[in-house]
Amino acid sequence: MNEPGELPREDSVGYYRRMQAAVEELLILRGVFSAADVDRQVEAMEGRSHERGARMVARAWVDPAYKARMLADGSAAAAELGLEVGPLRLIVVENTPEAHNVVVCTLCSCYPRMLLGIPPEWYKSRAYRSRAVREPRAVLAEFGTHLAAGVRIRVHDSTADMRYMVLPLRPKGTDRWSEERLAALVTRDALIGVAQLPDVIESRASR
Amino acid sequence: MGRTAKAAAPRFRSGDRVRVRAAHPPGHVRTPYYCRGHVGVVERVCGAFANPEELAYNRPGLPAQPLYRVRFQAVELWPDYREDPADVVEIEIYQHWLEGAS
Repeated sequence: MNEPGELPREDSVGYYRRMQAAVEELLILRGVFSAADVDRQVEAMEGRSHERGARMVARAWVDPAYKARMLADGSAAAAELGLEVGPLRLIVVENTPEAHNVVVCTLCSCYPRMLLGIPPEWYKSRAYRSRAVREPRAVLAEFGTHLAAGVRIRVHDSTADMRYMVLPLRPKGTDRWSEERLAALVTRDALIGVAQLPDVIESRASR
Repeated sequence: MGRTAKAAAPRFRSGDRVRVRAAHPPGHVRTPYYCRGHVGVVERVCGAFANPEELAYNRPGLPAQPLYRVRFQAVELWPDYREDPADVVEIEIYQHWLEGAS
């Protein structure tokens, strides 16, 4: 136990950490996989970021037929761009001027890691998980997101086999932008639904 | 896993009104407490999946259970909901947790 006011030690090894290390060692000893396999998987996990999801969003913004396919079958639309998603069953939910989507997993921290990478700490916090379904606007406000009056919220509780990604509204002022440039506008938080993408006001100099 | 031959037949369709069973079984359950006993509308059928309540204990979880996305009005879930009454919460629920509602 820590003394009152003392921070937990960063190198403290708890029950689950010890259990994980023991099981990992046993599996390696039994030849189920190698230490190099573990390193490769960790690297792959850390190498994935929301840029993968952003590519899908940018394509949907410029290609209405792709967007329709993406809304019908998110996993197939990811595969179409060469994004490997494994057994992920993706549902893409579209923001409109009338409805804003927010994703949460109240039971644990389900997240489309294959497309967004490792979830942020707050996504796994009890505060976010319990409040997103109960007072979504109050939660969004804490992210600096204020929806226009009359916009309804659809909260998606990712409780089972599906995973969710939000298709944000395309920012105004990006009409002739390339897909690559559009993709760079898409943030992780917009793909989870706690942020909206700001409209672009181009200065004369940057035209 | 997707649809399998060993899947229970779907009993509900998109648009059907359903009530979540107000049950409290022990063990690993993926139906949040806050929707139990509440009425919603099937938004879509997601396919059939091995029952996670069985998979958690290393059992096969068959027959696979049809999985639905059910849309609830936030005010149905939370009688004291303070935000927009048009807001909804959509939750994935397995068929064995659902019964028809009029």
